[in-house]
Amino acid sequence: MACLDVANLAVLHLDAQGAIYSANHAGETRMTNYLDFERPLAEIEGKAEELRAMARQNEEMDIEAEAVALDKKAADLLRDLYKGLTPWRKCQVARHPDRPHCKDYIEALFTEYTPLAGDRNFADDHAVMGGLARFNDQPVMVIGHEKGNDTKSRIERNFGMARPEGYRKAIRLMEMADKFGLPIITLVDTPGAYPGKGAEERGQSEAIARSTEKCLQVGVPLISVIIGEGGSGGAVAFATANRVAMLEHSVYSVISPEGCASILWKDSEKMREAAEALRLTAQDLKKLGVADRIIPEPMGGAHRGKETAIKAVGETIALMLAEINGQKPKKLVTDRRKKYLEMGSKGLAA
Amino acid sequence: MNWITNYVRPRINSIFSRREVPENLWTKCDECGTMLFHRELTDNLNVCTTCGHHMSITPRARFEALFDAGIFSEISVPEPLTDPLHFRDQKKYPDRMKAAQKSTGEKEAMLVATGDIGRTPIVAAAQDFSFMGGSMGMYVGNAIIAAAEEAVKLQRPLILFSAAGGARMQEGILSLMQMPRTTVAVQMLKEAGLPYIVVLTHPTTGGVTASYAMLGDVHISEPNALICFAGPRVIEQTIREKLPEGFQRAEYLLDHGMLDRVTPRPNMRAELIGIVRMLLRLPPAVMGDLPAPAAETEVAGAPLTDTEMPKAPPATAPATKK
Repeated sequence: MACLDVANLAVLHLDAQGAIYSANHAGETRMTNYLDFERPLAEIEGKAEELRAMARQNEEMDIEAEAVALDKKAADLLRDLYKGLTPWRKCQVARHPDRPHCKDYIEALFTEYTPLAGDRNFADDHAVMGGLARFNDQPVMVIGHEKGNDTKSRIERNFGMARPEGYRKAIRLMEMADKFGLPIITLVDTPGAYPGKGAEERGQSEAIARSTEKCLQVGVPLISVIIGEGGSGGAVAFATANRVAMLEHSVYSVISPEGCASILWKDSEKMREAAEALRLTAQDLKKLGVADRIIPEPMGGAHRGKETAIKAVGETIALMLAEINGQKPKKLVTDRRKKYLEMGSKGLAA
Repeated sequence: MNWITNYVRPRINSIFSRREVPENLWTKCDECGTMLFHRELTDNLNVCTTCGHHMSITPRARFEALFDAGIFSEISVPEPLTDPLHFRDQKKYPDRMKAAQKSTGEKEAMLVATGDIGRTPIVAAAQDFSFMGGSMGMYVGNAIIAAAEEAVKLQRPLILFSAAGGARMQEGILSLMQMPRTTVAVQMLKEAGLPYIVVLTHPTTGGVTASYAMLGDVHISEPNALICFAGPRVIEQTIREKLPEGFQRAEYLLDHGMLDRVTPRPNMRAELIGIVRMLLRLPPAVMGDLPAPAAETEVAGAPLTDTEMPKAPPATAPATKK
């Protein structure tokens, strides 16, 4: 009888936020990152993985039926877990390290991507990537926050937290797009603007304010997709758009739940309550009129089916672009302004 | 215990206590510890007469000192939805609002008014830090839009005094959406070719700094005001080192090119008059007591003294700290 010992399922570490478990399945090089609420799932999937590993070593064992049963159990559990994700769990999914990032979307959805660098004043900010590209053959300007996908690239990308140079680069690219009549597509995924000494000295607030202003000025279609975290001012600076879509488990908020909890509850451990109160989920933001569309994610989040998620984002961008492609500059600007002036007047009933 | 002690005496006492002296006759300066007599402090616009420390001042008191003879008319602000998210932390948001309204006597965190400064008609808006930290929610957004629309309608410059801890968390994403909304308001002014002057007062932080407060034609600040996007505590936690003395203070921002000027509050009015009149290509403000133009008879009783009105206000040299 197959031994269902899970001792080999090594839960390697609990990271700084206590959110991610890395499970290294025996005999496999694949690493899966599990969120804390996915722990039961990690155990079941781990068992199934283990059975299969044992079967590979010992040809006589017949474990397939058992493994399939475990797979089904895991799939059911996954569906249950993701059926009614709480706002805080959505934040965790939105921050999942394996979630597709800006770079993944640009590589998959755009052709002839030509990165353009620098703010022409101080530096090039690697937390913001952007440049010319073709979307369904149409030349566009694509700009987004990139978080990075391993330690080295995360540090290089500053975890997707832009400095003033990042916003100034975006402003420059938006100006260029405006000048040559190219639609702008922004992909938002940032914990927020970087709170650092140099960033403040070089005018973080001014850079964000100017970037939001530029978003409102350009006479070309401006389309934004919140692909992960829409963190406060750092997100608004890119997401003040004609059309805004959000992935099903992405979030967009004025402050992180942890920050809100530490200010209003005086206890940063109350982030669950804060996430609830802030109404930061795509579903609530659609009701409030902040998001125009919600893009469905594969079961278990975008990281469990990257290609499907990326494809869905591409389709939604195409739809939103088709709605406003070719409109007169003046109309695009007026409509965008009107949208923001009217925003919030109906509350959750909108 | 009888009727006299329970009822009559308290009533008599309350009648007499009404004309009693104000409770806080003396205020202690937070910086130098000097005890300041209330009248002296009010006359000096809540600036310490010893060390020049700028204490907070309510929008109403500021406007009384700013406008000619203290005359201004309030502009009504369209009411937003109250508590759009049904927000509840340890207290309910409407309860927090009521408490703030009771303690400040104001309806919300921004006051908008029109009037004249140095016989120059303007629209002014001022944020009230004592009202829930001056936080920017839908009302503040509406107030700035109303101020900009009024300025465009009347073809007047807008002077805005900012003071806020940032966005109002209790309105969630809708408070964040005030960043683009207020930016649209600023664009209305710019397109109409009207001056938009921001006076950044202590403290101006977060989403407020990252929107309308940093989009002015001219940025002036009061001495030692904290102006930042991320607060010093957040930054210290991030970079894990001590920040230099005076970091994110007005003078520091002036050095780093984010402000045009740092001006002590008692000189602010004269300076604003000078700047606004130059930007509008008007002749220098007239000194002395001249008859007011016919159209502005309601403020005719506002003689201006020489001290209030320098002939040629300094335009570029930064003001030195007192």
